[in-house]
Amino acid sequence: MAAEGTVAALSPAATMAVRAEGYVEGPVKAFAIATVFWGVVGFLMGVLIASQLAWPLLNLDLEWTTFGRLRPVHTSAVIFAFGGNALIGTSLFVVQRTCRARLFGGEDMGWFLFWGYQFFIVTAALGYVLGVTQGKEYAEPEWYVDLWLTVVWVAYLIAFGGTLIRREEPHIYVANWFYLAFIITIAMLHIGNNAALPVGAGGGKSYIVWSGVQDAMIQWWYGHNAVGFFLTAGFLGMMYYFIPKQADRPVYSYRLSIVHFWTLIFLYIWAGPHHLHYTALPDWAQTLGMVFSVMLWMPSWGGMINGLMTLSGAWDKLRTDPALRFSVTAVGFYGMSTFEGPVMSIKAVNGLSHYTDWTIGHVHSGAMGWVGFISFGAIYYLFPVLWRKRGLYSEKLVSWHFWIATLGIVLYITAMWVSGIMQGLMWRAYDELGFLQYSFIETVAAMHPYYAIRTLGGVLYLSGALIMAYNLWMTVRSEGLAEAAAPRRAPAFAGATPAAAAE
Amino acid sequence: MPTKVEKDHLTGTDTTGHEWDGLRELNTPLPKWWLYVFYATIAFSAVWMIVYPSLPIWGVRGTSGWVAREALAPQLEAQRARQEPMLARIRALTPAQVAADPELRAFALAGGRIAFANNCAACHGAGGQGAVGGFPSLADDEWIWGGSFDAIQHTIRHGIRNAEDDDARTSQMPAYAAMLTPAQIGDVAEYVLSLSNRGTDAAAAGRGRETFNEQCAACHAPNGHGVPEQGGPNLADQIWLYGGDKASVMRQVANPRMGVMPAWAGRLDPATITMLAVFVHALGGGEQ
Repeated sequence: MAAEGTVAALSPAATMAVRAEGYVEGPVKAFAIATVFWGVVGFLMGVLIASQLAWPLLNLDLEWTTFGRLRPVHTSAVIFAFGGNALIGTSLFVVQRTCRARLFGGEDMGWFLFWGYQFFIVTAALGYVLGVTQGKEYAEPEWYVDLWLTVVWVAYLIAFGGTLIRREEPHIYVANWFYLAFIITIAMLHIGNNAALPVGAGGGKSYIVWSGVQDAMIQWWYGHNAVGFFLTAGFLGMMYYFIPKQADRPVYSYRLSIVHFWTLIFLYIWAGPHHLHYTALPDWAQTLGMVFSVMLWMPSWGGMINGLMTLSGAWDKLRTDPALRFSVTAVGFYGMSTFEGPVMSIKAVNGLSHYTDWTIGHVHSGAMGWVGFISFGAIYYLFPVLWRKRGLYSEKLVSWHFWIATLGIVLYITAMWVSGIMQGLMWRAYDELGFLQYSFIETVAAMHPYYAIRTLGGVLYLSGALIMAYNLWMTVRSEGLAEAAAPRRAPAFAGATPAAAAE
Repeated sequence: MPTKVEKDHLTGTDTTGHEWDGLRELNTPLPKWWLYVFYATIAFSAVWMIVYPSLPIWGVRGTSGWVAREALAPQLEAQRARQEPMLARIRALTPAQVAADPELRAFALAGGRIAFANNCAACHGAGGQGAVGGFPSLADDEWIWGGSFDAIQHTIRHGIRNAEDDDARTSQMPAYAAMLTPAQIGDVAEYVLSLSNRGTDAAAAGRGRETFNEQCAACHAPNGHGVPEQGGPNLADQIWLYGGDKASVMRQVANPRMGVMPAWAGRLDPATITMLAVFVHALGGGEQ
């Protein structure tokens, strides 16, 4: 049926068409829908809290709607709900196809992962709004939510690893290395950072077993590697499947993929102390945090090179395929923020940038530019494939999404650069008599216009996502796009020699 | 699957021969510039780890001997030493004496401005203009506790109605809801408003006058001009801490609200408090 058409179209091997029947796709579809849904929710929360910073009245004087409670709702919604659903969904899609194996645990496992993960998201978010938090950034949920996530995550590891073991391909594709590194490391980080003792059996409150500077160090070992393995390794896995697919070109360099994979995962895990420069953390740990961050520059750029150079010979596709434009721009933002990161980890730079909006701008060029755009590119590819459509409802709307969202990011990060550097300079300014030049509240007042610009950037980014949701909805609904036998995409590997293609 | 090495005719590079779901890989060597920059960052890191502390062993330093705390201490010391001559002179003088010396006065205004912005502005406003709801303006010539240099310094040092300082300014207005009838409270409010020509009911003000003289005049003075020594605010001007309409005045008579200010003597050093007194005195209405 339709399944045969798609898979046959995506692979030169006709034998694979039969096996496509067996791939687990229902839960993958659900993850794809959840990605879009939580994306819109997360961006909306971002716009709301950005507005609260610019116009504090919007805190509404209700405990549930204050910035302090809604900020983790935003960060968890974009990282764990939007990003997590995108990662789990695409990884289940990719691992089956690149292993030529049905998901380990089958449909049931897929649905358990889907509903189990959504339950985690909802219980975490409800807790935040009601004031339940263990007060650790990006690890706010209390112990009972953490335990549940551990169950779901171990099941995910079993499903993913089991599929890899069952594979019928002799080698494991690079995308799967990255997905696996993401799954294993997040499990380790999650358990290490959330080691907590509940105050009582009946209460939600708990205390972390680590204390003082050790707690701070473990928190940022977790926090920085959530960036490194959730927001980087996982999405590199996504990149390694969807960019070659969309560009119809082989991956640029197998060797580079090996070297940058191992250097990236080895170096990332040590870089956390750069979040604690000039604190009670011992100097030696700060030095290590800085130099490991500097050494991370090239391993990160290895991924960027492999992503961008895969397009060599297919750059013209950027004109005709706006979804590919998302993926490629994402890699550009990835390269930019992974250069900015090592620069900011240098202590002299960090002395200016730390605790300022510069950090917020840095995070968002990575989150909106890299994580967001690589996910949009994958989602635009996945929907027609999963729902057996010849293409998207409107390529023009994808183009609109692209430009509106790009403009939003540019407004966001430039506003935060200006605001952050200004803030850092104002904090350290002294007058000729040796007194501070500015009070803290004066620096806050000076940032107001940039907060307004940042909010506008967020509104644009959200608008783009709403356009995407409409476009995808219409793609799924449209009968006219239903795929006949004709393949949507030409057989892969246009660059192959005629002899190779014949084979 | 075929594991057959092929040549990609667009780049002329061989593939690795592997294939997954139609995806293949080229066997392109590592870009040289990439590799060399990577080596350079490793070399930089190695040198940096020799120069700066990088071993978790107590007392072991890098070759530069640099330690963050030791690097910061002399900077703080230099900054303190630079200000110390002026601060020492200020410490030995009263605010009035500081204000009389042009050089010291300029220094105290600069120091007082930033100390005010970081400690006082949250309640009294960035320009000392005050805020509705019991935060008095410091930029006018209306002083509840006195506006001389010494009075201002005393208020900053000890605060108002706090439980932490025995010398804190204290006054206690009784809640007249328990002592007067609502009609009497309305009459007193009408009389109080008439003191600043805001009254609208002369008969009621006339009745309220007697109650005012019995109950209120001790702290607010018979003419309503206030008694700074008692902390009784002036009621005959247009400045109202808790609102100047009749309902607000009645509410204040019935169940008065009274502001609290912390004692700053333990929080700020004496020179800073003196500089704050000079700064606040200069905001607009300091008295001699």
